[in-house]
Amino acid sequence: MQRLTGAQILCESLIKEGVDTIFGMPGGAIIPLYDTLFQYPFRHILCRHEQGASHMADGYARITGTVGVCLGTSGPGATNLVTGIATAMMDSVPMVAITGQVPTYMIGKDAFQETDTTGITMPITKHNYLVMDVKDLARVIKEAFHIARTGRPGPVLIDIPKDVTTNTAIYEYPAKVNLPGFKPKMQGHSKQIRQAARMIEQAKKPLIIAGHGIILSGAYAELRAFAEKTQVPVLTTLLGISGFPETHPLYLGWPGMHGMYYANMAISHTDCLIAVGMRMDDRVTGRLNAFAPHAQIIHIDIDPAELGKNVRTAVPIVGDAKNVLEALLEEVKPGHHPEWMQTLSQWRIEHPSLALPVKPETMSSPWIVRELYHATEGKAVLVTDVGQAQMWAAQHYFFERPNTHITSGGLGPMGYALPAAIGVQLGKPEEEVWCVTGDGGFQMTLEELSVLAEEKLPVKIALFNNSYLGMVRQWQQLFYDRRYSGVKMWNPDFVKLGEAYSIPTIRVSHVDGVRAAFEWARAVEGPAMIEFVVDAEENVFPMVPPGASLQETIESADEVAPKMQQVAVAAGSDKGGV
Amino acid sequence: MKHTLVALVENQPGVLQRVANLFSRRGFNIESLTVGHTETDRISRMTIVVDGATTQVEQVIKQLYKLIDVIRVSDVSEDRTVDRELALIKVHCASAASRLEISNLADVFRGRVVDVATDAVIVEVTGTDDKIDSLLGMLRPYGIKEMVRTGMISMVRGAQITARGSEARMLEAAG
Ligand SMILES: Cc1cc2nc3c(=O)[nH]c(=O)nc-3n(C[C@H](O)[C@H](O)[C@H](O)COP(=O)(O)OP(=O)(O)OC[C@H]3O[C@@H](n4cnc5c(N)ncnc54)[C@H](O)[C@@H]3O)c2cc1C
Ligand SMILES: Cc1ncc(C[n+]2csc(CCOP(=O)(O)OP(=O)(O)O)c2C)c(N)n1
Ligand SMILES: [Mg+2]
Repeated sequence: MQRLTGAQILCESLIKEGVDTIFGMPGGAIIPLYDTLFQYPFRHILCRHEQGASHMADGYARITGTVGVCLGTSGPGATNLVTGIATAMMDSVPMVAITGQVPTYMIGKDAFQETDTTGITMPITKHNYLVMDVKDLARVIKEAFHIARTGRPGPVLIDIPKDVTTNTAIYEYPAKVNLPGFKPKMQGHSKQIRQAARMIEQAKKPLIIAGHGIILSGAYAELRAFAEKTQVPVLTTLLGISGFPETHPLYLGWPGMHGMYYANMAISHTDCLIAVGMRMDDRVTGRLNAFAPHAQIIHIDIDPAELGKNVRTAVPIVGDAKNVLEALLEEVKPGHHPEWMQTLSQWRIEHPSLALPVKPETMSSPWIVRELYHATEGKAVLVTDVGQAQMWAAQHYFFERPNTHITSGGLGPMGYALPAAIGVQLGKPEEEVWCVTGDGGFQMTLEELSVLAEEKLPVKIALFNNSYLGMVRQWQQLFYDRRYSGVKMWNPDFVKLGEAYSIPTIRVSHVDGVRAAFEWARAVEGPAMIEFVVDAEENVFPMVPPGASLQETIESADEVAPKMQQVAVAAGSDKGGV
Repeated sequence: MKHTLVALVENQPGVLQRVANLFSRRGFNIESLTVGHTETDRISRMTIVVDGATTQVEQVIKQLYKLIDVIRVSDVSEDRTVDRELALIKVHCASAASRLEISNLADVFRGRVVDVATDAVIVEVTGTDDKIDSLLGMLRPYGIKEMVRTGMISMVRGAQITARGSEARMLEAAG
């Protein structure tokens, strides 16, 4: 056993945890750590803003299924990490964030660049630590990684005062963690599994809604086998997209605020809803008291607190999605629901939510996404930002392969896509990675273009420029009588901007140029960017108006006024937000 | 209905902050919260009284369980328990006659006068919150100058350990 400094203990322990890539930026409180870091074989990616580092770690974690690591100095470094940590918390992404802190003897004195980082991040981490003694450091790191990746994944923050990184201790990495308060339950209860199987066998109109938990537990094969054996159609949530092949005959799209009409109708009519690894987010459920009104709900989740939180449940099953689906697959008898399938395909024919013209006259965003789908044959990884472009990407690209749709759903911070795409590309260098972003979101983290250029990562950027904060503009058009307030944007010359970063960039303003542009970008060896100057006032449909139920899905702007009147009468609830 | 939850927590710095943070963030209403040592060094015990009418008690339990430092939570409301709270009540009292009356009242509630000054006494009383409320009602006419209550602590009667049986119930409810 050897005596090491705190910084060495941290590096040794990160190696033991299998970490090879770290996203961060140095500063006063972590200079000793950087001094040591650089002597170890890590790939350090220098972000240009710590929000970038936390989203990069998030993208890296989502694509690899391992824990993403980001690093920032005390004070402003730590506060800049916050958005990415909160994103990871909302979307259950495994992450360890390490922050420097002022020396232990200065804590509480309002020292230079001191912030109460554990206090700030308490509600947005799964757990966090302030390490006051170097002797605790190895144990804390061991626990942090264990907590971040075990059960329902999430971010864990470790705040390390400067003197703890320079003090020494005998180093021994613990073999096991001792956390009596943390024992996630992985196997479903057999009684409940039997109960669920009988319920599914008796159902006339069963429906699966599969969430992010499928991807997090890698339950692709189990979900597919289960759906095929029982012949139950499958919806995914936005974060569940790519958990089930989208061209599979049993796939029915995704429900919710911008989900497919027939998906929302399926939820409104099903008599048995099998929800797996999803948390009944309000964007999915619409008005709660009218959600799945005819269904008995079987809810499978690794987090007991999700069961019964928003929606009444007939059969709650706590456990890992993969394990539970495996057990259910064995227990349940094969099924067959021709009438229900007939009803569903009728809805799909009458309300083809994703139908597009072969070629539009103007620069229609959904159509451009569909062209990207054709150009990449559905095989690319799309990392999307937040807003209209995000919704169109999720709707009009058909994801074939597992875990190829990466987006932030729960927090939905604009500026997510570019840094997350960098993390994704670093995690899976062989993948074709597309960053799909709006002009607003892009400008929130475009400083990371430097990283793209510096690291020569072949991420391709599809920038949908409508010169609007489009998603908000849509709400103002539809629900606030076209009073556009704070949504019109002056934009820079994005082609020159790309060039300033040495990133080949072209602008496409006409539909005729779209296909060729995708071909051009795919042929460029390193990063490339296409600015699509798109129709400024195109809207995302279908849409469940705020406060409405899924049954009240509208498919065009003309339906808004009559529908909103009904909704106001039925709900009397508040409008929610973008 | 009022629910009494008993939580065993790791005796870590910040654990009280985590619990308080959770309650405020999730909008849970708590009536009282006490923390103290237990028979085991590294473990503290919290007794939390929650109003079931305004707060979903099952969610409170499940969310508490998500805190890494929380080892065990049980709802002991349906158990036979010993419930105790301690109160110190400073009562205005200008004459020897009222001092005697107050002392007698305290006696009835098995409380006692623990400090006497020329125009005030301090009454100490332990018991259930109902009992303390009743004594307070009787003392109010004299004029209450100051009062402090500890919040309730609870222990299941008999040989059973407080936080065991109820935990099994909770897990069953969760599936
Ligand atoms: C502009 C915008 C519009 C949106 N519109 C929609 C919409 O129309 N439709 C829609 O669906 N979403 C929409 N969203 C996303 C929405 O806000 C939520 O983020 C999303 O629905 C959450 O999906 P989820 O519950 O599957 O994933 P998460 O929020 O990541 O939840 C995952 C769940 O799986 C559980 N879990 C984790 N690991 C496992 C495991 N191993 N086994 C079992 N369970 C596990 C977790 O405990 C959790 O309950 C929108 C977001 C934005 C920003
Ligand atoms: C950090 C942040 N600020 C504000 C919002 C609210 N918001 C959601 S979508 C949106 C508009 C996004 O505009 P843009 O990136 O241009 O995409 P578009 O909707 O036009 O495709 C805004 C402002 C947000 N999600 N994140
Ligand atoms: Mg825009």
